[in-house]
Amino acid sequence: MIEGILVEGLVYGIMALGLFISFRILDFPDLTVEGSFPAGAAAAGAIVAGLGRTLVSRAGAGVGLGAAGGLGTAAGLAAAVTVPTGLAAAAPVLALLGGFAAGALAGLVTSFIHHRLKVPPILAGIITMTGFYSINLRILGGRPNLPLIKNNPLLDFARTWLGPGVSQDISLFIAALFAALLVAGLMDLFFHTEIGIAMGAMGDNEASVVQAGINPVSLRSLGIALANGLVGLSGALAASYQGFADVNFGAGIVASGLASVMLGELLIKSQFIGVQIFRVLAGSILFKGLMYAARSWGYLAGITPNDLRLLTALLIIGSITVSKYAGKKPKSLSRSGGKNR
Amino acid sequence: MIKIKGLEVSFPQGGGEDRKVLNGIDLEVPKGQTVSIIGSNGAGKSTLLNAIAGTVPLCAGSILLDGRDCSKDPEWRRSSYLGRVRQNPMAGTAGEMTILDNLALAAKKGPRGLHLAVSKTKAKALFEQVAQLDMGLENRLRENVSRLSGGQRQALTLLMAVLSHPSVLLLDEHTAALDPGNAEIVDRLTKRFIAEYDLTALIVTHDMKQALDQADRVVMMHEGRILADVSGVQKGKMGVSDLVELFRQSRGKEYAEDRDLLG
Repeated sequence: MIEGILVEGLVYGIMALGLFISFRILDFPDLTVEGSFPAGAAAAGAIVAGLGRTLVSRAGAGVGLGAAGGLGTAAGLAAAVTVPTGLAAAAPVLALLGGFAAGALAGLVTSFIHHRLKVPPILAGIITMTGFYSINLRILGGRPNLPLIKNNPLLDFARTWLGPGVSQDISLFIAALFAALLVAGLMDLFFHTEIGIAMGAMGDNEASVVQAGINPVSLRSLGIALANGLVGLSGALAASYQGFADVNFGAGIVASGLASVMLGELLIKSQFIGVQIFRVLAGSILFKGLMYAARSWGYLAGITPNDLRLLTALLIIGSITVSKYAGKKPKSLSRSGGKNR
Repeated sequence: MIKIKGLEVSFPQGGGEDRKVLNGIDLEVPKGQTVSIIGSNGAGKSTLLNAIAGTVPLCAGSILLDGRDCSKDPEWRRSSYLGRVRQNPMAGTAGEMTILDNLALAAKKGPRGLHLAVSKTKAKALFEQVAQLDMGLENRLRENVSRLSGGQRQALTLLMAVLSHPSVLLLDEHTAALDPGNAEIVDRLTKRFIAEYDLTALIVTHDMKQALDQADRVVMMHEGRILADVSGVQKGKMGVSDLVELFRQSRGKEYAEDRDLLG
């Protein structure tokens, strides 16, 4: 049980990190997530399936799938072409990279709709997410769901590096922890680079970015792509953890990601980007824990699994209320909750 | 160096007709010169700076910065030539970032890479730059800018505006929102930075004394046009009352011309 909460918290925490970038750092309320998350899962599934087919020397199948759509399968096709049989070890990595790429592509679509057609962020995200439902179905080969038994990235990683001596639960947890810490660490590093600092200033005061001679449209596009890339990566990991990719993976994911971000902000106050990043993971684990508790013992209060979405919504409202109330106190140093603009 | 020719800017207003805010501005500012721009509200002073910076689109005319025609460049591209400080101390800085990060962002123009933004040597250089402000900010580099006072924030914005060695500095009533003490400090810093960084500067102000003290040349605007342009010996002899008188005379002349036309 506890491993389940931790693994889910870490895997979905990477998605929450993506939301943290778009909602908090870029100040760009991005709903693309509901499309980029399953896109990542689907791409991972398709790549794994495509590679599987290559391994039984039916390379043609990969081509058929590739023609069907999406960058995920395109990557799968590339993998099928460049990776000769016997190099199945590369499959998990390719699946995760494909998941990232598929998510990033969805982000770029939203960015294009927003910047070129001047559509407000939320609507741009809804358009992309709606369109990606069909694209994701195509990536999945016309089926709503695709099993990931062979070449499962998370499990493979765990088995290759930890050996058979460790139980599956523990090795899954270690694999998820490694993935989440790697992403969080790289993110922390990124936000200390020149480009990362500029991105940080972007949502805060765009004029200061323009004044530095930086094209704000390119910078925001990069940020949205990065955010959705992480969401896609999280989708690929989630598919790996669940053992299948599903076109409906994205439903309700924005709310749960936001709840994770906000719970983290309630939990730990800090102005340092490193702490802000790691507290998102903490918030995500806490969120999964609360959801688990509601599922397991909720019946005591008359809560059924059907009520979990309502619970998520109430959690967000509660977090905003608390941080607003806390924000009114003098000498509150951190920016908790939303920005007052 | 700034070279402006036949500049026109209009804003849409109700009834389908556009209101001309700048109506044929010609202005040439040689390198290293500081020009004060004065005039009543609605004269188009701020719009002139916004047009140079690219914040508002031009209807006609051209703007050359350092001999290069920038009239069609987007704002971010023109920023490479420009340092800018606006009236609102919040406008030029990112409040939720540290002083150090703000300085690192402003220290160079143009696209960024994946280098560490604040290396040890860079941090040391920035420390010394901030120490010049003489406000004790060098010991608060890791604090968020939102915790600074308006005067401190404006001084920091001024430093950020010149840090990357732009060729032109645009100041739009940058001391108007400050108390007299802080305004004086920022005024002194302005003068020092303009000399130290060898900047060509345009200063929009309502303060006649500031206009005379800060600049080599005073340009007077009214209803989107330049009415008077005083520099050299003539400007050197002027006091505040002379400037006000000149302002009245120039406007009076314009009224007279209008009467002639109508009569």
